[in-house]
Amino acid sequence: MEVIAAFVIGALFAAGFYLTLRRSIVKLLLGLMLMNHGANLLLLTVGGLRRGAPPIIGAAQRAQMADPLPQALILTAIVIGFGLNAFTLVLAYRAHQAVGSDDLDDMRQTDR
Amino acid sequence: MTHHLFLPLLLPLLTAVSVLLAEGHRTLKRLVMLLGTSGLLGYAAYLLLLVYRQGPQMTVAGGWPLPYGIALSADLLSAAMLLISALVSWVVLLYTFATVDPPRERFGFYFFYQCVLVGVNGAFLAGDLFNLYVWFEVMLIASFGLMTLGGERGQLEGGLKYVVINLVSSTIFLIAIGLLYGAAGTLNMAHLAHIISAEGSSPFISAVALLFLVSFGIKAAIFPLFFWLPASYHTPPPAVTALFGGLLTKVGVYALFRAFSLLFPQNPAFIHELILVLAGLTMSVGVLGAIAQNNVRRILSFHIISQIGYMLMGLGLFTTAGLAGGVFYIVHHIIVKTALLMVGGTLERATGSGELKEMGGQLRQRPMLATLFILAALSLAGVPPLSGFFSKLALLTAAVGQGRYAIAAVSLAVSVLTLFSMTKIWSEAFWKAPPQQARSHAGAVDWKVMSPVAVLVVLTVALGILAEPALQVARAAAGQLLSGAGHVLAVDR
Repeated sequence: MEVIAAFVIGALFAAGFYLTLRRSIVKLLLGLMLMNHGANLLLLTVGGLRRGAPPIIGAAQRAQMADPLPQALILTAIVIGFGLNAFTLVLAYRAHQAVGSDDLDDMRQTDR
Repeated sequence: MTHHLFLPLLLPLLTAVSVLLAEGHRTLKRLVMLLGTSGLLGYAAYLLLLVYRQGPQMTVAGGWPLPYGIALSADLLSAAMLLISALVSWVVLLYTFATVDPPRERFGFYFFYQCVLVGVNGAFLAGDLFNLYVWFEVMLIASFGLMTLGGERGQLEGGLKYVVINLVSSTIFLIAIGLLYGAAGTLNMAHLAHIISAEGSSPFISAVALLFLVSFGIKAAIFPLFFWLPASYHTPPPAVTALFGGLLTKVGVYALFRAFSLLFPQNPAFIHELILVLAGLTMSVGVLGAIAQNNVRRILSFHIISQIGYMLMGLGLFTTAGLAGGVFYIVHHIIVKTALLMVGGTLERATGSGELKEMGGQLRQRPMLATLFILAALSLAGVPPLSGFFSKLALLTAAVGQGRYAIAAVSLAVSVLTLFSMTKIWSEAFWKAPPQQARSHAGAVDWKVMSPVAVLVVLTVALGILAEPALQVARAAAGQLLSGAGHVLAVDR
C-alpha cells in the first residue's frame, strides 16, 4: 500500500513541478496545488497506511490503534492550503488584469 | 511553567480585532495600534529580563503532559528576537502613521500589520515543529496582504513572485515535517532532538535536514534562493518594506539557527560546512547585486541578502563565539536595516522617485536626513564605534579563532564593498547637485517621518557603546542554543 502511495505522491510532485515550470500563471498555480496535495498525501503515508482501531484509551490495545496525528496535521494543512490557494487565485487574476497577460515572461517590470 | 507566554500572540491578535472594530475612526485606530504595540514592547522587555535572570520559560497548551502538549518556549534567543521585533514594529508603526496613504489605512493595513506580528511572535516561541509551520503560514498570509494591499501593478507582479516562492517553501517545509515525523514519531522539537541524537547521524536524517535548509533558506533568502526578495521588496509602501526587511527574512534565519543547533547538530562536518559555504556566497552575491542596482530600495534589498550571509556565518562556525556573533549580528542588522529602509523610503518621498539618477542635493536640503543615513550606512558597513563594527568583529574573531581564514577574508572584502555601495547612495542622493527637472514632491518630510529613523539610529549607536553587555547576552543565548537548554529540559520535567 505504501509503495502505491509513494508512486502517487511522486506522480503528483512530477506533474506539479512540470506545471510550475510553465509560463502561464494558471498552470503555475495548478502546479502548486498539486504539490500541496502531494505533501498532504505524504503526511498521511508516513503515518502508516494500515487499518487500526480508533485511538481511544481502553478501546483497544495500543499496538492496534491507528495514529491520529497525521490526519490532524493534514486537516490543518488542507485548511491553510485552501486559504492560500483562494488568495493566490485572486492575486493571479488581479495581476492578469493589471499586466494584461497570462505569461510570466511579461511580468519582469519589478526585476529591473 | 509560566502562563503568560501566550501574551505575545494574544496581544497583537486582540489589537488586530480591535482595529477592525474601530473601523471608520482614524484617530481611535491609531491609538489602539499604538497601545497594542506598546504593550507588546513592554511585555517583550519583561520577558527578556525574566529569561536572563531565571532561565528559559515554557508554557504547554491545554495542560497536556509533554511531549503531547504543544509547547511554547522562550530561551534567550527567542526572548531577544521577540524584544527586537516588538521594538522595530513599534518604530515602524510611528513611521506608518507619518507616511501611509489614507486608502490603505482605511482598508485593513493595520489589521494585516498586527497579524504579521502574531505570526512572527508565534514563530519565535514555537516549541513544536508543526506549530512553527502554522505560525509561518500566519505570518505569510498576513504579509501577502500587506505586500499587495493597494493593488498597484508593481505590487501585484512582485507580490505574485513573493507568494509563489513562499508557497513552494511551505510545501517543502511540510514534506520535511512529514518525513521527520515518520522517522521519529513526534513533533515536539526537544523530543525530536532527543530521539535524533540517540539514533545518531544517518543519511536519511541528513537528507531531511537539507530539506529544512532549503525551505528555511528560501524564507531567509540565502544564496541560490534569494531572487524573490529584490523582485518584490521595493514594490509596497516604504513602511511595509521597512517592516519586512527588518523582520521577515530574520524569522527564516531564526528558524535556521533553531533547526541546526537543536535538531540537526550531529553532522557538522557536512551540514555546517555547507552552511558556511552558502554564507560566503550569500554575502558576496548579495553585495555584488547591490552594487549593480540604481534604485535605492533595490540596493537596500540586495544588502539584506548580503547581511543574511553574515548571520549564517555565525551558524556555520557553530561554536559559542560564532553563534554569539551571529545572534548579535541579527539584532544589529534588524535595527540598522529597518532604519536604512525607512531613510530610503523617505528619500523616495522627498524626491518623488526611487531612482538614484533622479535624486540629488539632499545633503543641502535635508541635513538631518543625511546625518541619519550616513550613521546607519556606516553601521551597516561596520565602521567603529557603531554596532555593525562590533558584530562583525565578534564574527571575525570567532572565524579566525577556529582557523577559518577563507570566510573571514570573504566577510572583510564584503564589508569594503558594502561601504562602497553605501557611498554610491551617499554621493548620488545627497552630494550630487539636484537634477535639472525636479519632480513634484510626493510628500512632506518633517519630524514625524524622521523621528522613527532617529530612534533606530540612536539604538545602533547605543548598541555600539554597550557592545560588551550585549555580547554577553548573545553569548549566553549561544550557550543555550548549543546545549538546547530551553527545550531539552522541558521534556525531562
